[in-house]
Amino acid sequence: MPDLGIEVLFKGTNMLRLLQGLWVAMRISLISIAVSIPLGIIVGALMTVKNMAVKAVSKVYLEVIRIMPQLVLLFLVYFGTTRAMGINLSGELASIIVFVLWGTAEMGDLVRGALISIPKHQYESSQALGLTKSQTYLYIIIPQTLRRLLPLSINLITRMIKTTSLVLMIGVVEMLKVAQQIIEANRMSSPNAAFGVFLVVFVLYFLACWPISMLARYLEKKWS
Amino acid sequence: MAEPILEIEQLIKEYGQNRVLDGVNLTVHKGEVIVIVGPSGCGKSTLLRCINALEDIQGGIIRLHGEEIQKGSASSQKLRQKIGMVFQSYDLFPHLTVLDNITLAPVKVQKRKKEDAAKEAMELLTRIGLADKANSYPRQLSGGQKQRVAIVRALCMHPEILLFDEVTAALDPEMVREVLDVMLDLARQGKTMLIVTHEMSFARAVADRVIFLDQGNIVEEAKPEEFFEHPKTERAQKFLHVFSFDQVKKQEEGNCSEQSESHL
Repeated sequence: MPDLGIEVLFKGTNMLRLLQGLWVAMRISLISIAVSIPLGIIVGALMTVKNMAVKAVSKVYLEVIRIMPQLVLLFLVYFGTTRAMGINLSGELASIIVFVLWGTAEMGDLVRGALISIPKHQYESSQALGLTKSQTYLYIIIPQTLRRLLPLSINLITRMIKTTSLVLMIGVVEMLKVAQQIIEANRMSSPNAAFGVFLVVFVLYFLACWPISMLARYLEKKWS
Repeated sequence: MAEPILEIEQLIKEYGQNRVLDGVNLTVHKGEVIVIVGPSGCGKSTLLRCINALEDIQGGIIRLHGEEIQKGSASSQKLRQKIGMVFQSYDLFPHLTVLDNITLAPVKVQKRKKEDAAKEAMELLTRIGLADKANSYPRQLSGGQKQRVAIVRALCMHPEILLFDEVTAALDPEMVREVLDVMLDLARQGKTMLIVTHEMSFARAVADRVIFLDQGNIVEEAKPEEFFEHPKTERAQKFLHVFSFDQVKKQEEGNCSEQSESHL
């Protein structure tokens, strides 16, 4: 067996630091998704209204956010705001802002899709039974929309967690950055550590995302 | 004649320039079963949808027990509870069990006790042989079972009139019967029903009155025997002819009406 240099992780508090890095990544994505979901629901509902102006604005927002690489957005918010507006954002706050912008757009699109996928006869048969408009939404439309939405939004969480690997570019010390630091610090004693440490990083990302994606699949099956 | 429940006078319905119903007059009496037939696009479904205030109307008046039905008005919301409607598409709520589908409106709209509504729902389900499906979800039912549940759901509101909009049109042929049997049973119980259907032999068996609708107007109105055997208008004759087939191998020259009769 080749020397993977995994032993560096057992030196000092290295493993703990790596897990703390994972926690930073999880924190950024969980806060972002918590903010994105309500905002996304609003944006998604706006996308289904008939008003052309509202539709156009939300459409442009969605497309811009989707087309622009997340890294460019991160640079724009982190470095751009400092230079242009003199606001000094922390790396983590800048990350959360970018992830919320991105998550809201993605979530909005999911909500829009879920809303328009509810067939018209669901509204009609509910009304035909004498339910009022608000009762129809409360008991028929929203529960069905949520069922379609939840698995998809859980998938969005895993995508966010994975994308946090970019935030080291604006100086946030998350898991990948910690891994780099550990490798750098032990370059002399364990020159092979890169493979082993990144392998562990891979496993940790997997362990963080896998249960979430299993949950999504379970809900999808249960409600399909 | 029993008291009139539903009165429609000079009903006009337009989609933009297109006039779908052109001055329809119809009175439905208590306990009557009326079957509406006609070529597709003649306005049959639209008529039912107008009665249930799912469509706004451009002229005329629809009254249930003398109260006017108008889409969007507060009183129509109330009146709708007295009108049960079953649609062509399986319209059960997929996220609710069969029992919850049936009890939702009685509990939320009529503010009845959940137990009472559930008890009645179970009685009705037993009657149509689906009591064991009470806790199933709609996706676990066949098309015919779904439509039977949809009928029960409408019944549980104690409607004074039931509207059926081509409820068997989307079903596989072997499931049509079970749904029609439920409707025949309701007719026997003396329920007031307005049925749009393409099942001609069923129409003949269930109807007190057959209404032939064509191009937005009632062209012919008669007892079923009369309508199916001796349609008076040319348009009705032409329409009924669609449901009969001339024999491919001509053994003997039978007359047209005999043939159409034997195939209805």
